Amino acid sequence: MEKRVTFKGIWLPLLLVLPQIVITAVFFFYPAGQAIWQSLFIPDPFGLSMQWVGLGNFEYLLGDRYYRASFVTTAIFSILVTVVSMGVALYLAVLADRLIKGSGTYRTLLIWPYAVAPAVAGVLWLFMFNTRVGVVTWYLGQLGYDWNHVLNEGEAMGLVVVASAWGRISYNFLFFLAGLQAIPRSVIEAAAIDGAHFWTRFRTIVWPLLSPTTFFLLVVNIIYAFFETFGVIHTITSGGPQQATTILVYKVYADGFVGQDLGSSAAQSVILLFVVSILTVIQFKYIERRVHY
Amino acid sequence: MATVSLQDIRKSFGKTDVIHGVDIDIADGEFIVIVGPSGCGKSTLLRMVAGLETVTSGEVRIGDRRVNEAEPMARDIAMVFQNYALYPHMSVFDNMAYGLKIAKTPKSEIEARVAQAAKMLQLEPYLQRKPRELSGGQRQRVAMGRAIVRKPAVFLFDEPLSNLDAKLRVQMRLEIKALQRELGVTALYVTHDQVEAMTLADRMVVMNGGVADQVGAPLEVYGNPQTTFVAGFIGSPPTNFLSPALLGQQGDGQIGIRPEHMAIDPEGALQGTVAYAEALGAETLVHLRAADGTQVTVRQDAAHAIPAEGSAIRVGWQDGAMMRFDAAGRRV
Repeated sequence: MEKRVTFKGIWLPLLLVLPQIVITAVFFFYPAGQAIWQSLFIPDPFGLSMQWVGLGNFEYLLGDRYYRASFVTTAIFSILVTVVSMGVALYLAVLADRLIKGSGTYRTLLIWPYAVAPAVAGVLWLFMFNTRVGVVTWYLGQLGYDWNHVLNEGEAMGLVVVASAWGRISYNFLFFLAGLQAIPRSVIEAAAIDGAHFWTRFRTIVWPLLSPTTFFLLVVNIIYAFFETFGVIHTITSGGPQQATTILVYKVYADGFVGQDLGSSAAQSVILLFVVSILTVIQFKYIERRVHY
Repeated sequence: MATVSLQDIRKSFGKTDVIHGVDIDIADGEFIVIVGPSGCGKSTLLRMVAGLETVTSGEVRIGDRRVNEAEPMARDIAMVFQNYALYPHMSVFDNMAYGLKIAKTPKSEIEARVAQAAKMLQLEPYLQRKPRELSGGQRQRVAMGRAIVRKPAVFLFDEPLSNLDAKLRVQMRLEIKALQRELGVTALYVTHDQVEAMTLADRMVVMNGGVADQVGAPLEVYGNPQTTFVAGFIGSPPTNFLSPALLGQQGDGQIGIRPEHMAIDPEGALQGTVAYAEALGAETLVHLRAADGTQVTVRQDAAHAIPAEGSAIRVGWQDGAMMRFDAAGRRV
């Protein structure tokens, strides 16, 4: 079945895709081009002149111990956020899928956190874990644990991961639930008759059939962890302590807008762009092969 | 190989009663067809035997064992679904081997059993294909193969042929029958198609609104229907129902006469106007309108002359062809 629409001329189709092209050009191609251009210069502190340095910014960055550490931080952070948010979402979706009564309420309540903006979510978690007045901190204190994410690097990382993953669970949950419900009931029943208990069914039937959803969420969540978690990190830790939560995108901001080193900041953006492109290509090329559509 | 026995089976979904007490005893190796219109509860009944629905009350026994509470996998059954329910991400071989692998059957035996089933079902060239690369009939065979390899005591079929085209349906019908005979397995088969029921069944169960109206051998059910529903549902075209008054007789209720038992006869008891005639080649269906507006169908051999539309004719029948039903629809 051919569902494609064929146009006679070139003008109408061009007009129809024009809004998308304009948006992409203004908000993506232009700034990306600017970043690439700026990454080749060092501007003076007053922004009045620019000095051509070629690949000097990149050379400096790759030799920078803090920048390399930020790579590791980003990798750990992204993996943790993705695993936590997808794992919890899948668990909840499997439970909701088995639910008959009250599934509507359950679903609605689970979706709410997604409506909370990352920065607000950050503040929420910050209040709960505040080292002086936080509820959770107080309870942990009662249990004899001294919570202090301002000083402890591991705790800081844990907190930003949880705060970033929290809102994301809703989003992943929705997709997982839809994916689960798209699996024909009779296929599960056939497996049950064939002798497969719940866990075997999940491992051999549900998980493989869910793989397109999982793959899509993997891509989307990694990109989320790379970029959109900025608000959470900014409100909770501002990249600290000791840069323990400074992921690449936060470092772009910290070096460029706080440190006023626009050349380096631009070079970092270009590297980030490059890293994400490579990640996406790897995901589509290698992981997609194992996906059963 | 096992007997299956259903005793006063009832099913309710919340406050809605779907099945109002069904009793069936199935002998070892018997082919039972449950037939009825959609919504009569026939699939629910089958799913209760399979263990996919809980039994509200009554008892399901497979062999000598009560299985009401047993998981589907513990019932020694195999089921063929209407949409085949093949595992889309597995090859034909893996689809058939799945149950055996879970049962930890030795690899050599899995291969032998799948090969045997594949040969029986002419699936050998397709063992490495995925279900989506197969035609409807081949998928149907894979679903059968998956049931066969496990050597279950009972086969359950849930409208297995309804997704196939008419020609393939006839072919697969014969194959299912042959296969069941060859394996000698007890089979429970659900369908809405009375032709499938007539041709496949050793005995058939005609379901109507959650009740088994009649249980019996196909020809017995056809020849001696116990309710108006069964008389109307089994046989095509359906039985004509006439009021006694139309034939100048006393009493209420209805008189059923099958179209194939009627013939155009100038001396006949019933007069009607020919509404239209359908010539089907081997036979002709003549549709009449009787004096009180009742639609009557006469099935006659193509050798007979086809009456002109609008003409008034009389039809007759042998006395034994009349089936009397009371006002409640029960056979008198």
